[in-house]
Amino acid sequence: MRRFADLYDALDATTSTNAKVEAMARYFREAPPQDAAWALYFLTGRRLKRLLTSKMLVPWTQELTGIPDWLFAEVYASVGDLAEVIALLLDQYERPATPEDLPLSWWLEQRLLPLKDLEPAEQREQVLSWWKVLPRRELFLLNKMLTGELRVGVSDTLVVRAVAQVAQLPPATVSHRLMGTWYPSRAFFEQLLSPDVSDGDVSRPYPFYLASPLEQPVESLGDPKDWLVEWKWDGIRGQLIRRQGNVYLWSRGEELITERFPEISEAAEALPDGTVIDGEVLAYENGRPLPFSRLQRRIGRQKLTPKVLAEAPSSFIAYDLLEERGEDLRGLPLRERRSRLEALLEDKPRFTVSPEVEASSWEELAMLRHESRGRNVEGFMLKRLESTYQHGRKRGDWWKWKIDPFTVDAVLLYAQPGHGRRSSLYTDYTFAVWNGSELLPVAKAYSGLTDQEISRLDRWIRGHTREKFGPVRSVDPEHVFELHFEGIAASPRHKSGIALRFPRIARWRLDKKPQDADSLASLQELLHAQH
Amino acid sequence: MGATLLQDRPPLVEVTPQGLFCPPGGFYIDPWRPVEQALITHAHGDHARGGSQRYLAARAGQALLRKRLGSDAELATLEYGERLTVGDVTVSFHPAGHVLGSAQIRIEHQGEVWIVSGDYKRTPDPTCAPFEVVRCDTLITEATFGLPIYRWDDPRLVAEDILSWWDGNRELGRASVLFCYALGKAQRILAELARLTDRTVLVHGAVSSLVASYREAGVQMLPTQLVSETEKGASFAGALVLAPPSAGGSTWMRRFGDVATAFASGWMRVRGNRRRRGFDRGFVLSDHADWPELLRTVEETQASRVLVTHGYSEPLARYLREKGLDAAPLATPFEGEAED
Repeated sequence: MRRFADLYDALDATTSTNAKVEAMARYFREAPPQDAAWALYFLTGRRLKRLLTSKMLVPWTQELTGIPDWLFAEVYASVGDLAEVIALLLDQYERPATPEDLPLSWWLEQRLLPLKDLEPAEQREQVLSWWKVLPRRELFLLNKMLTGELRVGVSDTLVVRAVAQVAQLPPATVSHRLMGTWYPSRAFFEQLLSPDVSDGDVSRPYPFYLASPLEQPVESLGDPKDWLVEWKWDGIRGQLIRRQGNVYLWSRGEELITERFPEISEAAEALPDGTVIDGEVLAYENGRPLPFSRLQRRIGRQKLTPKVLAEAPSSFIAYDLLEERGEDLRGLPLRERRSRLEALLEDKPRFTVSPEVEASSWEELAMLRHESRGRNVEGFMLKRLESTYQHGRKRGDWWKWKIDPFTVDAVLLYAQPGHGRRSSLYTDYTFAVWNGSELLPVAKAYSGLTDQEISRLDRWIRGHTREKFGPVRSVDPEHVFELHFEGIAASPRHKSGIALRFPRIARWRLDKKPQDADSLASLQELLHAQH
Repeated sequence: MGATLLQDRPPLVEVTPQGLFCPPGGFYIDPWRPVEQALITHAHGDHARGGSQRYLAARAGQALLRKRLGSDAELATLEYGERLTVGDVTVSFHPAGHVLGSAQIRIEHQGEVWIVSGDYKRTPDPTCAPFEVVRCDTLITEATFGLPIYRWDDPRLVAEDILSWWDGNRELGRASVLFCYALGKAQRILAELARLTDRTVLVHGAVSSLVASYREAGVQMLPTQLVSETEKGASFAGALVLAPPSAGGSTWMRRFGDVATAFASGWMRVRGNRRRRGFDRGFVLSDHADWPELLRTVEETQASRVLVTHGYSEPLARYLREKGLDAAPLATPFEGEAED
């Protein structure tokens, strides 16, 4: 397990994605395949069922350390992580000078998983015997595994890159092979690295072509007749692939999301083999998109129960045809791809082609753009009809012409230090609006101020701190900020009952006093007007 | 005349708006506002503040205190253990093991003894005199790390970790910037590393002048060079740089190019503290007593009453009360090992 602890620390000790990939690749190369399979299991966010509850672990820790309940609670409040608290408290024991180092898979298969068939007294005896000999880092990881909470801060994309590097396979192949349910075993890991790429090729998506934000006057784009204008749908950009009888739905982050959207994958079975469509996954009902928050709620669900599916039925809005009968169409002009797409989907009612917004002038479009919010869209997409399907964010042919954001004036209430370059400055802020005579937090925002403003605000925060809660400081409610945000949704998880989407700081309103800030009622009105 | 119970006697030290005050001695200890007569435990900014009329401190800390208080300040000093009558009390300074020249202050009045610990630690530190156990009736102790999760590893092992981190970064052609307090921690790291290597370490301006004071006091440390005195355009690849935490995220950092960062502090014992601050590495190295050291000190001084100042004062006081001691928190604005 020491090697895995080293990997965990290495991933923890860097924010560089390259360094993370490097650390994982080294582990996959050096660890026994069976260990590598288990490591992958955790790295890809899979979790063991909880073997023991904190209700059991806490008294065992107290038994060994003699720490009273109230002090344990105090310590837990200051650390915030049970596995870590236990590892730190048990650190008072002398450890063997050369502790035995058993493989990760051996720990899991021979020791941890069998725990669930033992009586509580036997479980206690086992765990206590491990606690007395394991070094602190490994003890921490052991506790995480026992409570089913082992998570490693690394994205699937990076894990895929690392495996792809070791196996010398295309990432799309690896990503596909990691899909679905698999048991971490030597055989699984060896299959994952095997050079036979035929299965991976079938699922492989094309790199997405991304639009750039329109910053210049829209008139500079020339004649509107040269442009395809579509609503900018607020969903998940996706690529739907139908090849060799299989269906794959990829998100823009190159994540396979086929299983998350059964309605779409079923509908895709009607597509001929060798078809790739670029489009948007939307929550969609009665011919109208639902707010993004509904789709988001669905993404958050572990199980797709009929109720969840009914609350946010999904649909695929098609933008573009990238492959037809196995032929790559990306070099053709959009005009041609678009008419082929319309022809292909004509008799497939479960698909919608993103409708063209017709207007004779930019002024007319500018007027229509005001309807965006009512339509639950974010503005327009402008695509040059002669454009090929490029990749990445290449400026010139595809633009997003977004509507202005919502705004709210809110009072700075809490601050905490940022990360990386800004780790010594208070750059993460919590803002509040009035609810009667009380200020209620409604948004956290991290960006939008200049470096000068940040350091000025940082000094002010240090001089006007009311209370400290760990790294968080509450400050005198004096400063008003204009926040911009893209959407608003009801949220039972927040005390205010609302959640703002993409809040960021637009301006420091030194001209306003705290009493000039907005009220919760005005945000609630906005929420109701939306839905 | 029958003996008065200690608890019934007026306190030898109490908290006033100006700071900790000793009524029969007529002086303050580490006052936070200007006063007539101030006794200073050590040269950190939250303990040694300017503006008072007269200062008294341990001689070993004189040079550092001068830097803090300015050359005009009226500063008298005593050797460790040397006694002086002030008002109606006898005072003396005793090593606290915190930083160079740091002291506990002993106050004796009519046979009653109080100790004000200031900041202290019990772990060995090559840069200052070790903590001296002084028997007392009432101990005023700090509690910066007054929770049982705080236990320090052997500082020599921490120094080895720092060296191997530096070496690892050197191999990758990267600079290593290690953040640490400019007074005390930086010199301790330079002294600990001197047992393991003889390479030159680059230092921030805030660290440099204090290193000079330590050298004058005879502390053996690695050779140092000011970052600002390196040749223009020179590469920092492979260098170790010591800088105060406030330099992190400033434009000063830009010159180092590819860089790994770390913070040496007792707070780094808890993962979340390091992660929130965004450091690549955390080295657990503190100039304050850990939980076992706090308990051991209370026990060894044989104090029957303990007053707990900054840090986790409530939990430590409650824990001591449950062990049968007369203990209570004492509110002061001292910061201990500030997180920023």
